[in-house]
Amino acid sequence: MFDVDKIRSDFPMFQNNDFIYFDNGATTFKPRQVIDEILKYYEFNTTNVHRGDYDISFKVSKAYDDTRNVVGKFINCESDEVVFTSGTTHSLNQAANYLKQILNEGDIVLTTLIEHASNILPLFEACKLKKATIKYIDVDSEGYISFDSLKSLMSEKVKAVSISHVSNVLGCIQPIKEISKIVHSYNSILIVDGAQSTPHIKIDVKDLDVDMFSFSAHKMCGPNGIGVLYAKKSILEKMEPIFYGGGSNARFSKCCDIVLKDYPEKFESGTPNIEGVLALSKAIQYLENLGMENIHKREVELKEYFIKKLKELDNIEIYNPNTKSSIVSFNVKNVFAQDAASYLGNKNICVRSGNHCAKLLFEIIGVNESIRASLYFYNTFDEIDRFVNIVKEISIDSVIDIFF
Amino acid sequence: MSSMFDNPAILRELIMDHYKFPRNKGLVLLDNYKNVHMASDSCIDDITVESLIENGVIKDIKFDGVGCTISTASTSMMSELLINKTVTQAKEIIENYFNMVEDKPYNPDILQEAISMKNVYKQANRIKCATIGWKAIRKMILESENNNE
Repeated sequence: MFDVDKIRSDFPMFQNNDFIYFDNGATTFKPRQVIDEILKYYEFNTTNVHRGDYDISFKVSKAYDDTRNVVGKFINCESDEVVFTSGTTHSLNQAANYLKQILNEGDIVLTTLIEHASNILPLFEACKLKKATIKYIDVDSEGYISFDSLKSLMSEKVKAVSISHVSNVLGCIQPIKEISKIVHSYNSILIVDGAQSTPHIKIDVKDLDVDMFSFSAHKMCGPNGIGVLYAKKSILEKMEPIFYGGGSNARFSKCCDIVLKDYPEKFESGTPNIEGVLALSKAIQYLENLGMENIHKREVELKEYFIKKLKELDNIEIYNPNTKSSIVSFNVKNVFAQDAASYLGNKNICVRSGNHCAKLLFEIIGVNESIRASLYFYNTFDEIDRFVNIVKEISIDSVIDIFF
Repeated sequence: MSSMFDNPAILRELIMDHYKFPRNKGLVLLDNYKNVHMASDSCIDDITVESLIENGVIKDIKFDGVGCTISTASTSMMSELLINKTVTQAKEIIENYFNMVEDKPYNPDILQEAISMKNVYKQANRIKCATIGWKAIRKMILESENNNE
């Protein structure tokens, strides 16, 4: 069913390199179809959108707008609920911009200690500005939210709950639908960072009943610099943009009156990342051809095999053996994570070490630094075998070898 | 310099020794010491270096924090090498050390055990580990000179 050799032949990075790439949580490789779409725009169709009275511009504008439909079908929303951004960080900052509008002094925003900086720092800033308070919902050792904690923290003062769908370190998939019910019962809104979920599992924003949802193209076979913010229409109507400029306004006067366009255009000032949008469409098409359910199933199989092999070693501490995703966070006992990651790097294995932008997570897993191996559907069981064989060699002494 | 520092096995031992038994580790937190917290270069290494510089002489260096083998060992070596040096001597050593880790011409004779960091440039992402403590002392020396002007 999953012809991984054929899939890998779509990705030039595999043809041009000989390494094991387990850093897909950071970014993913792009299939030829996505790369070609970017080249096609630059080689055949370079024009701006929504401006020119000529065929190519019209054609590109249509393809740009059509991508909203493609995204809408992909996450089950309407096309005008799709705002193009530069990525999840931008999307979450736009969401926090809305919090600056609705928060009052003494209000509360709930989040967790496992969040990525891109979620939590905009919340800090919004709360600082409006003298609101951040509170943290308890999570267990693999990152799952405690419903008891959530329920005990919820009140009329809680104006928003902002959490990741899938943790970028622990890979836990939060039960968003159930969380949403609780959040909405207090008339609060649920903001979800979908950067690590959208590439791996089927997203249905209506079924999850989230108020805002963000993701980035580059973590799902698409290009850098393009992402999406989904928000419910009631929010899109009221929410003010971060950026003002061309493309987002209908008219303005010398008295400083600005009439913005309707959403989603009012959030897209300036010449957009046109080739990024067009290529995002191809990336979604690529994933849909494989099937999101198939992708998730394969990744869970890869992870279960990975954990089984790692557990055979006696020098490994794994922080998330049970989460159903493709992320494995671990340390080699008595070896600093960066030393181990450099050793792996020296053997042509790409992983990430550190705190993975989740700098409060140490309170949950008890260590500041870990090694994160994050897989994608194109990784193989053979790569896992080779990886584990090299991890076996890592020790406090061997990590120095790479310097000699 | 003796050929001892050309022997990879010895250089390797030196790194391990300074990592496992770092010299001058632990802060004194005294008012007459200056300190620099090096935490902004990367999100992993988090090292604080203290120094006591009086009358153009580095009287003491202390450090603490978390870091990888290279950042810990290189900072430990730095402390041992620069204590009791004049600021002028220290600056020459520091300049040569930075030249070494950046793969530029340098004078090996004055770097002592810090020579063991000579291959770090081959792992470009680790250069910042090998220089974190050295940048801290460089900053404090510069500040001490500015204060004397």
